[in-house]
Parts: sequence; C-alpha cells; structure tokens
Amino acid sequence: MTPLLHLSGLTKAYPGVVANDNVGFEIAPGEVHALLGENGAGKSTLVKMIYGLVRPDSGEMRLHGQVFAPHEPREARASGVAMVFQHFSLFEALSVAENIALGMDDAPETDALSDEIRSVSKKYGLTLDPDRMVGDLSAGERQRVEIVRCLLQNPKLLVMDEPTSVLTPQEVDVLFETLRRLRDEGTSILYISHKLEEIRTICDNATILRLGKVVGTCVPAEETSRTMAEMMVGTELKSPTKRPYKPGRVLLDVKNLQLPSKDPFGTSLRDVSFSLHAGEVLGVAGVAGNGQDELLLALSGEELTEDAAITLKGIAIGSKGPNHRRLQGLLAAPEERLGHAAAPDMSLTENALLTGHARQRLTNKGFVKWQATENFARAIIQRFDVRTPGASHAAKSLSGGNLQKFVIGREIMQRPDVLVVNQPTWGVDASAAAFIREALLELAEQGAGVLVISQDLDELMEISDTFAVLAEGRLSRVRSASGVTIEEIGLLMGGTEVDHAAA
Amino acid sequence: MLRLEARPEPSRAMVMLTPIIAVIATMIAGGILFAFLGNNPFTAIRIIFWDPLFNDMVASYTRPQLLVKAAPLILMAIGLSFGFRANVWNIGAEGQFIMGAVIGGGTALALYPLESPLVFPLIIIMGGLGGFLWAMIPAILKIRFNANEILVSLMLVYVAAQFLAAMVTGPMKSPVGMGFPVSRNFNEYQSAFNAELLSNTGLHFGVLVMMAVVIVGYIFLTRHIFGFQIRVSGQSARASKFAGVNPHTTVALCLGISGALAGLAGLFEVTGPAGKLSTNFPLGYGFTAIIVAFLGRLHPIGILLAGLLMALTYIGGELAQFQMSIPAAAIQVFQGMLLFFLLGVDILVNFRLRWDSKSKEAH
Repeated sequence: MTPLLHLSGLTKAYPGVVANDNVGFEIAPGEVHALLGENGAGKSTLVKMIYGLVRPDSGEMRLHGQVFAPHEPREARASGVAMVFQHFSLFEALSVAENIALGMDDAPETDALSDEIRSVSKKYGLTLDPDRMVGDLSAGERQRVEIVRCLLQNPKLLVMDEPTSVLTPQEVDVLFETLRRLRDEGTSILYISHKLEEIRTICDNATILRLGKVVGTCVPAEETSRTMAEMMVGTELKSPTKRPYKPGRVLLDVKNLQLPSKDPFGTSLRDVSFSLHAGEVLGVAGVAGNGQDELLLALSGEELTEDAAITLKGIAIGSKGPNHRRLQGLLAAPEERLGHAAAPDMSLTENALLTGHARQRLTNKGFVKWQATENFARAIIQRFDVRTPGASHAAKSLSGGNLQKFVIGREIMQRPDVLVVNQPTWGVDASAAAFIREALLELAEQGAGVLVISQDLDELMEISDTFAVLAEGRLSRVRSASGVTIEEIGLLMGGTEVDHAAA
Repeated sequence: MLRLEARPEPSRAMVMLTPIIAVIATMIAGGILFAFLGNNPFTAIRIIFWDPLFNDMVASYTRPQLLVKAAPLILMAIGLSFGFRANVWNIGAEGQFIMGAVIGGGTALALYPLESPLVFPLIIIMGGLGGFLWAMIPAILKIRFNANEILVSLMLVYVAAQFLAAMVTGPMKSPVGMGFPVSRNFNEYQSAFNAELLSNTGLHFGVLVMMAVVIVGYIFLTRHIFGFQIRVSGQSARASKFAGVNPHTTVALCLGISGALAGLAGLFEVTGPAGKLSTNFPLGYGFTAIIVAFLGRLHPIGILLAGLLMALTYIGGELAQFQMSIPAAAIQVFQGMLLFFLLGVDILVNFRLRWDSKSKEAH
C-alpha cells in the first residue's frame, strides 16, 4: 500500500544549527504516528515543513505518492494536511463559529457553518456550542475549536503538537476517543508529545529525533516509557530519589487570600489558604487558566494583597513588593521564561541582576557591582549546567531548557526559605526536566519550602510530598501526595463533561 | 533572492555601524535630492559637512556655533533617551524647553535690575522646574488615567507655544522693545546673562552642564541600578515588575528627568544664544532632540556624537541655504532622512541579510 506521507532526506539548516538532517519516515493511512524528541531535536521544524511554513533545503516529501512541496499552509490544507498548534490562535471576544470561519479558506455562511460544527462535534464526541464566546471556554474546549476547524476540512493527515499539555486527564480521554475514531475512518495522525505514557496509549508507531536526526523507530506499545526516553535523550535517565518527608516548622502561611483579576479573561483568586512547611514540596495541580499565574503573582509580590493574607516566617508581607520578599527569603520563578522571568535581549549577567540584586547584594548604594554579578551568573551557569558560550550572551539565544535551568538556578542559588515555581519544566527536554526536579527536591531537603505549580501530573506525583488542586481560583484542601489517584485529581480539577464524552 | 534572517541575538557591531550607514545613506539620498533641485550634490554635501568646520572663510564664525547648537540638543536627547529606553515616550520636549525658558527667563525679568550672584543659579533652578512641572502633566495623567503620554506631551507643546506668545505680548513684553512681542534682552542684564565663557568657542555655562549630564547619564545608565531598571522596563513590562520596579515611578522619573533637562536647555538658550523671549524663540530643538536620541542609540556617548553631527547639519544647512540657495525645507527633509534611514537600517541589528540562490527555491 502507498504510504500517505513519505518523507526522505529532509534537511533544513539555520545559521549555526542543522535543525533537520536527512530525516525520513513514512505514515500509512489510518496510522497514528508519534514524533518524539527533546526540545531542539527538530520536531517543530519538521512539522513546519509538512505544513508549508518552512521550506526544506533539500529532500523530498510525497503525499499519496505525489511530490508534495507546499509553499504555504493554505496549499498544505488544500492537499489535506491540517494542524492543531500547541498555542491556540483564537480571538476570545468572538464566538466559536466566528473563530472557525476566520481560520477557514472558504468559510460557508454562519448558519450553515454552525450546523456543520454541531454535526462534526457530535460525530467525533467533541462537545462544542458554536455560539459561545471563546473567552468563556476552558483550555480543553478551546482545543476542540481548533480540532473542529481542522476536521471541517476533511483532512487526510492531522498534525497535533503537544495536544494534551493543557488538558485534564478526563479531557485527554475524550481527545483520545476522538483520535481513535478519526484513525478508524482512515485519517492519519502525526502526534507530537513529550508524554511517553500517552504515546504508548495512542500511537501505532514512533519516530525518534535527536539533534535533527532520526535515531530510532519503535512500536510504542512494545516499549516502556523509560526505554523510549532513553532513546530520546541518548543517555540513561536518573530519576530523583524521594526521601521520606518530615514536616518542619511553618514557613509560609497563606490565609483567605483574595485577588480580583484585572484581566477580563483572567481568574480571580478566591479564599486561597494553605501552609507550607520546611522541607515540604507542595504540588499544586490544575488546568491552565485556573488561577496559576495569579497565585504566582500574589506570592512573588507582583500583585499586592492585604498584609495579613500572606505570612512568611511569622511576618505579614502581603502588601510588600518583590524585592522586600526576596530579602525576607521568599523567591519565585514564573512560568513564562522570556519576558517575565528573564528579559529577552539582556545578557545572562544582567538577568542574574534582575532578581539577584537585593538578596545577593549586587549593588552598593545603588551602583551595580558588575564583576560580582557576572560571577553570580557564572556560578549559576556552572552549577546548573546551562549550555551557553558565556554569561554575556542574551537570554533569548538560549534554548528553552537551558534558559529554564538558568531561571530556576538563579533562584535556588540565592538560598530561598520558600521557593514558588510555576510550570518549572514546561516545554523543557527530559534531561533538563529531570535535572530541575532533582534540584527542587534537593532544595527542600536542605530545609526550604517549595511550592510547585504545574499542569504535569506525572511531575507532581514524582516530587510532591503534599498536594492540592487549583480550580477556578480556589485551592482544594492540601492532602498527602501519596495514594492520590489520577481519577480523584481529575474530578477535583472539574470542568470536564465526562457524561457527554461517553455519548 | 535577498532575504532577512533573524539573528540569534542582537549584533553589537551593527549597533555601532548602523548610525554610520544611515549617515552615508542620507548623504547619497540627500545628494540626489539636491541634484534634482539643480545643485551640485558634491558641493552641497561638502558645504554641509565640511565647510562649517574646516573652510577658513566661514569656520571662524561657524565653529563656535557647533557647541551652541549641539548643547541644547544633547541635553534634551539625554533626558529623552532614558524615557525612550523605558517605553515612556515624551514627544513634548519642545514644550518643556519653552516652559523652562519662560519660567526661568520670566524669573530673571521679574528680578531685573537686581544684580546678584544668586540670580543665575536661581533662574537655572526655575528653568529646570518649569520643564519638570510641564512634563509632570503627562506623567500624572498617564499614571492616574492611563492617558497616552505621546499625545498629551505633544499637545502641550502647542499650549506652551501659546503661553509663550501670551507672555511676550503681555507681562513679559519689553518696555524698551518699541511694541514688538519680545522680552527685554538678557545681555543687558549682567546677572542673568548666559555669556560665552571663552571667546570664540561657543562655550557657555549650558555646555558645561551638558557635558556633566553626558557623564552622569553614562554612569547611571551603565553602572547604576536605576539605569538597569529603566532598561528592563523597556524590554518587558512583566519582567520589570518581577524585578520589583514600580511602573508608575518609572513613568514619573523618565518624564520628570527629560522635562527638567529640556527646561534647563530652554533657560540656557533664552538667556544666552537666543538672548530674548519672543514668538520666534522655539526652533524645533525639542523635536530634533528625538532624532539625536535615536541617532545616538539612546546612549549618552552616542548622543554626544549625534548631537554634534546634527548641529553640523543645522549650521551646514544654513550655509548651503546661504551659498547655494537650497531651500530651508530641503535641509529639513535632509535631517528627516537621517532618522528615516537610521530606523530603516536598524533592522540589521536583529536580522542579517542573506542572499538565496533561486535554484534552491524552485523544485
């Protein structure tokens, strides 16, 4: 049988890096094919070539046996290739139908489109009301908008980039059900993910990329997550060893924290209360957009609250700004690396100064001690194995994983009493992620309290001592992390229409 | 096919090179413009860039003018550059320049004919204060109501110009001016006159202040946490908030500093080179300072050089008008080109040009 898509010898070089080097594999009709690889392995370049966003330097693609060389996404779509991006491109103030119409090359009338949306969403079990505003939808529902938009064009190949990173476990099940139906109808799916368990569940075959080259193929069902991860990374993984947790004294005490959101589509924090002890890793789970960003801002001091709402080592600090809190020992690392945790065009030395100047005493009467600052940056680079030619290079020139190691390292090197991190390993390759988790555990072992906000449940299960769920701005009761089941967590996260999914 | 490709990080060489490329491109395009106007482009360019400094016939007059013209431009551009780095866009330096001259100069006129060594320091303070307070209007409106400081500061230029006109036709009109809308001449008032300190150099007290501001500005920008915070604010509002910078303080400081420096520039100008308040007093220095700030890469040393260059085009432009009858508007276009080309070639800092052979594109 002719493969649906056949890639051979695809090469694409950027200045200083060969993103894809002689990449080739094929996807059969009705196959769910996984594309696996660390960050920077060349997955997104490859997918962009298939979708017509980037043109290969050399090599050939064939679709249904015909030469396939799309100049732009429109051409790729016309040939039956559709893509669901990791980051949605939706207008929050428009309805579902309007958003879908905007993304189509030849959109029908609104009424006809709404009917089509209803029938497609029913057929594939993707509950979606065409008249609702996208701003009111959960991340999972927004993804359905993107998927339905693709399905309306009857794709032969559906490319999905990290589709589950924003979903609750129940939403993941719904998505997989949809993907299986599509597969059974003969649609091929190219599935990109870091999450190896998912790939084992849903994918028929996998191609593994490392540093732009195909380093292996496998049948995921016959592998373990560990063997696949090792193929991806090229070395053996060391998994963090968790020590028994003995709660120490209370370091951070949050009581009835309220924070109304200033953003109309943001989430207000309501009555958030918890205590964090010395040596404790508290994992906060939740689907994106349920108040994670707001919780980090309230704790870092970027948003101020009533003084009494946040107490650090017995001192009320709710109304104090970030540098005051840093001096007192409360440090934070936000989710967005470029533009929040770090200034993109500034050097690593300058970025070390960004949060380090107060606590590391990098200034003298306001004058910056650049030599000391550079030494601090170098120390972070060395201890956290940040791959960069030097501290004078711009933050944005680093890969995601390396910058994340720098950002987390910058806070840990300041020996915080309490560290708050949001999505510490988001979009970071497996070895950097393992390194960061290990560093967080080590910090807790030394007696600090660590609050980890994450959407990655496997990560939270791996490192947390205690556990809570943030849903719609409310934090659940904090419980011990041992013995929590994925189902319980999913239910706490809420927002999933489990019954519809079964229909 | 020529195409742009993103650099992994900004090119430091290009940061230095782009102003030079822009100057050369301006000379070429300006030369073409002058040729269309029927002038010899090479002569015109020589008159603008060379003669004011090295032609013995005119240099004894034009050379001192260089510092006189450059001082207010540089003083204002340094102030503006802090704001521009922090994304605080004070476009109204011209208005603050006028208010500095009116408030500082007005104070001197009120004290006339009191001779005292305290008069000059006092009017300097009042001049700076005038510009500062005028800039505080957009600052407060921005902080309180999130009003766009670009529009507010720009509109206030015209308010300031009207205020100046009202003053010189009213309370500040010279009693010996034969009814013309001008103030008393400051060179008649020893204690307030901003005289040339060394004859035939153009060096007045404002030039010394300008030099001090260049040095202090350089130190603050590169060595002080305040300069760092300003730079962070310009790169990312979220990152600066995370760094503990209060955005309102940044707005107030940037507008305040640039306003005060513009006010000082106005005061030194009115009490020295201009000599009197009149409706012709505003010469657009406040707007030209914006070009100087960008041409100097928002860096104090760069601004020093850019201010001297811009002053040269002013003086050379006047020479070209005088000697070749090139219209004043053509000279302004020439100066505008400089900013245009600079902003255009600026893209080379973050991108590089690559030549792609066609064969690779076609399959």
